[in-house]
Amino acid sequence: MTFNIFVIPFFGGLLFLLAVLFVRFTAWLATLDKSGRKKLGHGLLNGQVFPATWEVFMESLLHRRMFRQNKLLGYMHMSFAFGWLLLIVLGNLESRIYSGGHINPPYYPIFLKFFVHDKRTLPFELYTLPGFFRFIMDFVLLFILSGLVLALIKRARSKWFGMKRTTQHSKFDKWAITSLWFIFPLRLLAESFTAGVYQGGGFLTNTLGTFFAAFLPVEYLYYPAWWAYSTALGVFFVTLPWSRYMHIPTEVLLIYLRHFGIKTGKKPDSFSEIEIYSCPRCGVCIDVCQMNDAHRTNSTPAYFLRSLRYGTPDNDQNANCMLCGRCHEVCPVQIDTLAIRVAARYDDNKLLAPSFKYLDRFEPADSAADVLYFAGCMGHLTPAVKKAMLKILAASGEKFSFMDEDGSVCCGRPLLLAGLHEAAAELIQKNTHLIINSGAKTFVTSCPICYKVFNEEYKLPGVEVLHHSQYLLRLVESGKIKVNSTGITAVYHDPCELGRGSKIYDEPRTLLGQLVTLNKAEQERENSLCCGGSVGDLSMNHSERTVIRDEALKVLLASQPDILVTACPLCKKTFDNGTEAVVMDIAEVVSERLQPVTKKELVTAELAG
Amino acid sequence: MAGTVEKVRFGFSVNKDRQIDYDANLKDIADIVLKAEPTINLCISCGTCASTCTAGQFTDFSLRKMILLVRRGETKGLENEISKCMLCGKCQLACPRGVSTRNLILQIHKALKTGAL
Repeated sequence: MTFNIFVIPFFGGLLFLLAVLFVRFTAWLATLDKSGRKKLGHGLLNGQVFPATWEVFMESLLHRRMFRQNKLLGYMHMSFAFGWLLLIVLGNLESRIYSGGHINPPYYPIFLKFFVHDKRTLPFELYTLPGFFRFIMDFVLLFILSGLVLALIKRARSKWFGMKRTTQHSKFDKWAITSLWFIFPLRLLAESFTAGVYQGGGFLTNTLGTFFAAFLPVEYLYYPAWWAYSTALGVFFVTLPWSRYMHIPTEVLLIYLRHFGIKTGKKPDSFSEIEIYSCPRCGVCIDVCQMNDAHRTNSTPAYFLRSLRYGTPDNDQNANCMLCGRCHEVCPVQIDTLAIRVAARYDDNKLLAPSFKYLDRFEPADSAADVLYFAGCMGHLTPAVKKAMLKILAASGEKFSFMDEDGSVCCGRPLLLAGLHEAAAELIQKNTHLIINSGAKTFVTSCPICYKVFNEEYKLPGVEVLHHSQYLLRLVESGKIKVNSTGITAVYHDPCELGRGSKIYDEPRTLLGQLVTLNKAEQERENSLCCGGSVGDLSMNHSERTVIRDEALKVLLASQPDILVTACPLCKKTFDNGTEAVVMDIAEVVSERLQPVTKKELVTAELAG
Repeated sequence: MAGTVEKVRFGFSVNKDRQIDYDANLKDIADIVLKAEPTINLCISCGTCASTCTAGQFTDFSLRKMILLVRRGETKGLENEISKCMLCGKCQLACPRGVSTRNLILQIHKALKTGAL
């Protein structure tokens, strides 16, 4: 007996799912842009498949990043993903061996215990490992059920899983999650009832079967139970493509394409759609998002991606994000939420055409210098930073020139963050011209927002781009300037664009280590909070920003340091307005502790190169 | 006669008569912007935005003027003007009233592009 009508809900659902996935995946791959297709071909031939497959195993099945987030959360996800795969693989193996190597229809292994009642007679079990499959299949089912129990507990006690909030479900999610939660208990019941009638189950199903048989008419119950199990599977498969569980197949595709070097571009494209569909809405990003402080939970990445996915874009969701990158740090799928947000803004603002023809007339006087200092727009708003830098540069004896002494041409990053790439390109071109013409070899900026764009978007051959925290450390280490230490305590705030944005965490800390006693903040480095002043956000009003700033200040000033040090003029300006504490830029601290360098020391430093 | 008048120097000149005809001016843009960025209502026309402006360093671009013109409905030629903004955000930090100037500029720009009926 290899067919029964009850397999139809399962089998029909499975065929439907596979058809939908085939259509979706083909459409995505076919609409990749030219460079994407090239990378795809290259990646397939270049051995990138192997590390990608490893990542699929570690992330899609074992959920390593989830484990890092929280052990219970990781176990819960792993038991579902890895457990279900084991159930499928082992079930197939079992049925294959039983049927003597024949290829069976897909429903056969799933419902094997319906088709083969008494597995004590399976011949291979008698000759090889008695009861091996009966044991292992029950064990894996128990493994998945333990995850299900955790999922139920998580509903009520999400804090145990390291989460303050869980994601609100959409209509499709509710159907999908309900059917998913029913699948494994129903399998347990179906197998147990069957074992109650015919024996032949493992340690779990046999015991339960005997137990049920004592007071239930299991001989009438087992067939409806198989129907229910098959129906739950069918409903799950049919709702999957429209629910968050679409992330299961899509994430696999995403991991491969990412390994091939494909990224979300400046405009929404088919790869960004793959990223959007890969979001499981696990909710890890919701807690870390500071939009909660401003009561704008709807803008958190999980909900933002959901709106994009269901085609209900909301300009405010696109605009209301500081692009601080905290979500990207914790995302178990590593979805590039920032790039997707900026691409969505491109769509919102593509009609706008800022134009900077007036800059053509601007041509500063030539200045032969080795070091070009750029304060940036925000640097000009915080004159103390600018002054400190000029004092240090003069003391260092470097041949320097102040590029934007008479006003800067904006670096272009604020326009980029608003999705206005063409306009930004005009500014980038102008500044590139100014920098290359200056003949300087080193370009130093005080603003991390500028630093990131100069470092990543500008093509400046032969010019080294540095943030002032890096440059100042270099001056100290090469002996060109001398500083001395004080006993005062300080907390260092990692600016988003410098820390998460440019991965510069250590240089400012090393430099400050020579000046002050550094206290640790509860949230720092990758987990550092945004000051709330971000130019990434286009929607929040002043009072909402103030709430975010104050919450960040609470964390930073918890250890009551003498000063709060940052390395970004925008952070400094934002924090300074919100606290009585002393807020300083790292350059100001260096400038305060500057000691005269003797001629002898200078010559020694020169000789050392 | 005209020639003799020119020769007289009074030390001042007379400007062309200038009246703001609120009835003739279109207020659509102002309505759209007001809805999209209500903080425009906080503006006291102090001009801090214009004095700190990065684009203002190179041109006569002035957000203060822009806001006044939008409110009056004198939006002719404004699109050309607003496209000079580099969106750097200095004005937003300098503003003593907490106007969300960056979004305001984007919204004015957008309204000028699409909103005029």
